[in-house]
Amino acid sequence: MSRPVIETTPAPAATRVLTYAEALNEALREEMRRDPRVFVMGEDVAVWGGGGVFGVTRGLVEEFGPQRVRDTPISEEAIAALAVGAAVAGARPVAEFMYADFMGLAMEPIVNQAAKIRYMFGGKASVPVVFRAQEGAGRGNAAQHSQSLEAWFCHIPGLKVAVPSTPADAKGLLVSAIRDENPVVFLEHKILYNTKGPVPAGDVAIPMGVADCKRAGRDATFVGVHTMVHKALAAAEILAAEGIDLEVIDPRTLVPFDLDTIVASVRKTGRLVVGHEAYERCGIGAEIIAQVITAAFDALDAPPVRVCGENVPIPYNARLEAAALPQVEDIVAAVHQVVA
Amino acid sequence: MARKLAVALSPDQLQSMLRTMHMIRQFDLRALDLYREGAMRGSTHPYIGMEAVAVGACAALRPADRITSTHRGHGHCLAKGGDPRLMMAELLGKATGYCKGKGGSMHIADVEAGILGANGIVGGGIGLATGAALAAQLAGRDDVTLCFFGDGALNQGILHESANLAAIWKLPVVYICENNQYAMSARADKFTSVPDPEVRAKAYGFPGVSCDGMDVMAVYRTVADAVARARAGEGPSLVVCVTYRYFGHHVGDPLNYRDKAEVDAWKTKDPIDRFQADRLAAAVTQEIDAAVAFAKASPEPEVEALMEDVYA
Repeated sequence: MSRPVIETTPAPAATRVLTYAEALNEALREEMRRDPRVFVMGEDVAVWGGGGVFGVTRGLVEEFGPQRVRDTPISEEAIAALAVGAAVAGARPVAEFMYADFMGLAMEPIVNQAAKIRYMFGGKASVPVVFRAQEGAGRGNAAQHSQSLEAWFCHIPGLKVAVPSTPADAKGLLVSAIRDENPVVFLEHKILYNTKGPVPAGDVAIPMGVADCKRAGRDATFVGVHTMVHKALAAAEILAAEGIDLEVIDPRTLVPFDLDTIVASVRKTGRLVVGHEAYERCGIGAEIIAQVITAAFDALDAPPVRVCGENVPIPYNARLEAAALPQVEDIVAAVHQVVA
Repeated sequence: MARKLAVALSPDQLQSMLRTMHMIRQFDLRALDLYREGAMRGSTHPYIGMEAVAVGACAALRPADRITSTHRGHGHCLAKGGDPRLMMAELLGKATGYCKGKGGSMHIADVEAGILGANGIVGGGIGLATGAALAAQLAGRDDVTLCFFGDGALNQGILHESANLAAIWKLPVVYICENNQYAMSARADKFTSVPDPEVRAKAYGFPGVSCDGMDVMAVYRTVADAVARARAGEGPSLVVCVTYRYFGHHVGDPLNYRDKAEVDAWKTKDPIDRFQADRLAAAVTQEIDAAVAFAKASPEPEVEALMEDVYA
């Protein structure tokens, strides 16, 4: 197979409004057209509902055929391991896990093979694989289908971790993930699939490791992922009415992590709140706070605060589930605490 | 068909196979020395006694074919054309090693040469090999991947998942189980549900065969059949090679789970001795055959010769 050109030439940015799922679909479709080595595999990615339980792979099998859009048996470890082997052997797999929770079955090839092969082999192999999954709560899917597990993967050297919160970020980051020579764990959020936003048409990659300021503010910095970005924007409106100006930063990728942008924000505001749906204990928020304190202790006017999921399995009941998750009012309260 | 393939090996190829078997044995004997003198860290898992498996199997491959290996991987790497200098440097953790000293014995790899790595996880190469076979199929190439694993890996879940996928997608992979009788102290006949693991292939709908893993030509013939099938797009096979490791699992193995008589009995089947003896016998047979042919083709004496040579 000829080596495709992978330089990105930004197209004239005609921007449409797409859902997060449509944006991901567009990224897959465009990358599969661009590079014949790219293929998709996973459970129910081809036939079910025309492509994927959440529609992310919709229509791909019609365009690219069942060789490149492969429904698999329910074999998560093999899905991950075959993807790793295929990547080492020259293909560019995008392996889908229907729920991030199921990646527990696939941790061996992700953690012990994909993440380490390049290093163990003295830098002489590449593992250009994307492990896609959706995570998060909010739909009553209960304890085994609602977790946010990004911290597992952030802990492992050799993996990159992307967590887009908007349709534009979803497309641009997935394009970059597919072109990356390293294994990327690409975590989507099930609640975000039907959210809409402007997405540039054409070949627009968003580089890994570049945070995005979703709202500029002077008084406090919020750093969060996935739904917490949107909840923080809602909190910012409430706080604005009180005269508190919240800056909202989405790191977009957790590995690599754009510490510089966050430290610059904290140097401006002097106050930091971090948020994620994932369990608070040993979550990525602790790491973010540790890094900011180490880099900019002098800039902090108050102890940083976490707004995170409770340390409890996600319950089924709607009231209990909502109580287990960080909400807009929790962010408002946390900001009150740091600006007090 | 298998016989024909085996016969097709040239004298040079056979000589090269014998040489590689010696190379593996001496490499691992030297590795044991280096370990004992403290030049190596971690552990080393000698392949000694099993040389016929790697050499016989890899003799069935083309250069573009691939293998995945195991924690006991030195033999596979050498048989697939690995450079003993770069391997030895890796064992000593040197910058010139295959992995620049970062991998050590259990992670030696040469992706360009089709060696997709030794592996520190039992069964860790099974999914990788199956995926490499998928990549070959997607790229429209007829390359085959050989997947070496031990009897211990027979009971890892990844083998079930991979075998099923390889079967439904007809992937060009050959699963080679090196049944060396023990996974650390766990006897294969006590820890695996069937005494003849090749029967498990039936559950996936592809061929499962066993062969004498102490006989390099038996391994070659059996694997060559499976490789030909995979290359023709007919899908995977399982080949169980019945063999034995002469040494412990690694240096420091208490070896309290088997007795010396058992080891000695296996050593009487030594694969290098056997191949050398077979090669010598074959050479002699060839010479005798030639003698017979010469004799048969030779003319009868003429009647005129009757009275010749009575006196000088």
